[in-house]
Amino acid sequence: MTEKVLMKGNEAFAEAAIRGGSRYYFGYPITPQSEIPEYMSKELPKWGGAFLQAESELAAINMAYGAAAAGGNVFISSSSPGIALMQEGLSFMCSAQVPCVILNVSRCGPGVGGIQPGQCDYYQATRGGGNGDYRIPVFAPDSIQSSIDILYEATDLAQKYRNPIMILADGMMGQMMEPVLMPEPKYVPTLEELPTARPWAVTGTAKGYRNVVKSLFMKPDELEVNVEKIFEKYDEAAKDLVRYETYNLEDAEVVFVAFGTLSRITREAMEILETKGIKAGLIRPISLWPFPAEAFEQINPKTKVVISNELSMGQMIDDVERCVKGRYPVRLIHRTGGIVPTSLEIVEKTMKILGEY
Amino acid sequence: MKQIFKYTEGMTSNTTHYCPGCTHGIAHRLIMEVLEEKGQLGTTLAVAPIGCSILSHQYMNVDMMESAHGRAPAIASAIRRVHPDKTIFTYQGDGDLASIGIAEIIHAAARGEKFTTFFINNGIYGMTGGQMAPTTLIGQRSTTSVDGRSKELTGMPLKVSEMIATLDGAVYVERVALNSPANVRKAKAAIRRAFDVQDKRLGFSFVEFLSTCPTNWGLTPVDATNWVKEKVMPYYPLGIYKQPEVEK
Amino acid sequence: MSTQKLFFAGSGGQGILLMGQMISYAAMSQDLETTFLPSYGPEMRGGTANCTVIVSDSTINCPLIFEADAVVVMNPPSLTRFESLVKPGGKIIINTSLVSERPTRTDIDVIEVPANELADELGNRRTANVIMYGALVAETGVVSQEGVEYALRKVFSGKKAKLLDLNMKAANIYKEKMGK
Repeated sequence: MTEKVLMKGNEAFAEAAIRGGSRYYFGYPITPQSEIPEYMSKELPKWGGAFLQAESELAAINMAYGAAAAGGNVFISSSSPGIALMQEGLSFMCSAQVPCVILNVSRCGPGVGGIQPGQCDYYQATRGGGNGDYRIPVFAPDSIQSSIDILYEATDLAQKYRNPIMILADGMMGQMMEPVLMPEPKYVPTLEELPTARPWAVTGTAKGYRNVVKSLFMKPDELEVNVEKIFEKYDEAAKDLVRYETYNLEDAEVVFVAFGTLSRITREAMEILETKGIKAGLIRPISLWPFPAEAFEQINPKTKVVISNELSMGQMIDDVERCVKGRYPVRLIHRTGGIVPTSLEIVEKTMKILGEY
Repeated sequence: MKQIFKYTEGMTSNTTHYCPGCTHGIAHRLIMEVLEEKGQLGTTLAVAPIGCSILSHQYMNVDMMESAHGRAPAIASAIRRVHPDKTIFTYQGDGDLASIGIAEIIHAAARGEKFTTFFINNGIYGMTGGQMAPTTLIGQRSTTSVDGRSKELTGMPLKVSEMIATLDGAVYVERVALNSPANVRKAKAAIRRAFDVQDKRLGFSFVEFLSTCPTNWGLTPVDATNWVKEKVMPYYPLGIYKQPEVEK
Repeated sequence: MSTQKLFFAGSGGQGILLMGQMISYAAMSQDLETTFLPSYGPEMRGGTANCTVIVSDSTINCPLIFEADAVVVMNPPSLTRFESLVKPGGKIIINTSLVSERPTRTDIDVIEVPANELADELGNRRTANVIMYGALVAETGVVSQEGVEYALRKVFSGKKAKLLDLNMKAANIYKEKMGK
């Protein structure tokens, strides 16, 4: 497909995952992403893959673990409370080194919360809710096209690192439509090619050796070795997967940090600020883990304040403060509960903060 | 000289960590012997969740996965989607299958998943040190029912085979016991029938093994096998609860 | 034109989201940038339905709006609720067959479209939303006539192809009546 098509976010996410090589999807309905399982149930069989509606998110993540450990390319999705239920499985997959692409079309919490967009899963995504030492690379696209691009790449990244890769989108992105370009489908190893393509997978001992996919290490020295082994990968990921965009950092008096949908609203706010004679810059983390610390080195010394702009009570601000290292004041602009601020609201709050410096 | 016994290639040479008198070892060997006899060792994928048997991959000589507590049927269902041609089984204890994993086993059976579940029912949580399981008998002592399980407090023990047999997707359901040589031979026949049902992709197949846990029951191995006969089998009757029409 | 921000409001079942999507399809066919953002959640079921559409010749940053160049109103509550969204000098396009009230503001341009009556003239009341779509394009020029037709062909295809001619007429009826 080389022509632009108008697609709803959720359907575009699903199609991009398929074109990126995903063939197995397991999910449980939850708003605002139920179009994804609907789409997958219709499309995956056409690609020689399989869709299975799970009895719960607990089952869904473990189905993902099973199919991926058996050598399949797995993509799953859910929304915030569902992702919470999947945390144990993610911890297992990290320890057992099983790849998977997981999309959170996030909504607002805590608890059942609401179904409107939120970014209050930042801790959940970047710190994780599962037990133990593990990391999950997390990418936050800001448009349907950028979601497609990362989902298209994510299967390869998951297989490269043999680890879950998370995409953190939000309900607004899932529901909106934009014209997009869909990339060409990638090659996926056949069943016969699996033992060679995924030599670590459980495909039967007929291949000549035996595989065990496991995360239990009763002896502390063996567990330490396993954790150190997976952290060698995380060290590499922390260098190779850093992604971000910056705008106007060189002469900004105020620098915003914002990701996802909110970064787009922030950019409109920056345009309005410019008409008022205020130069604003933006750091848009694309990888939330690894967090793009290096971008903060580009902030110019004349900057008066760095503002973390979030759809939560302030979670990313911890990483912002860590990277600012006390060089500039760090402030928070936020809404929560599913309320997405207009660019005008961001402008007003920014003016008020600037008045203090 | 004629060779009258050969250790199955389905088992590794590792010494098991199971307690003296525990019947896990028997169940392991029976399953592996059947797979070897059927020529399916190289094409079998197995899942063992949390419980004493999570380490069964050290003994069963096939490709295996560890599973989170209770989730083996979900994992096996997904493996089946990737490998339509392989033999797949889960090997689960009673705390795992009948308590935390009851949803997964019911739904796998209801979907008529084409794999086999071996259910080790010893009426107690072994790995964690003898707590009450959903299958613990009324009056049976455990570390969380020190005066014996009370019906008023915890209800009646779950009869899993009977429950699974009510589901249309379950095609073969049998309860066997591992307390005597005769019952061990019958158990092996049940395992073979269950795998045959899977080979024909008729639906879900399930074999429950009444097993022993001498350590946590506080009994000698011999007393434990007697307990199975005298106390366990009356509440959990042996037999085929469901089988394909043609085989009746 | 650089950027036009449009808002559509009415109740579920009136084809509100379809109107918005058709504008986005039309814009895309003209190589313009566009975003379509529906309200979602319980509001979709029986209650109010609304969507935001932006069309621009440059990259669209924010898919949300705090003011609209034009608002299409398809039921009385939407007039009360969204009159304030129209920017000064902007347009409010009202289906007067269903809305008897008029805006209280005087700094906006009020366009009255008796869409249901016009639909009845065409013999199919379900074309009211396409009539409003045609009226919106006629009043704002947000997309071209070719774009309008492209979107209709996109939406009325397959099983709905038999409705294409009728809806082409519906999309043009306001323009013809108003001599625009």
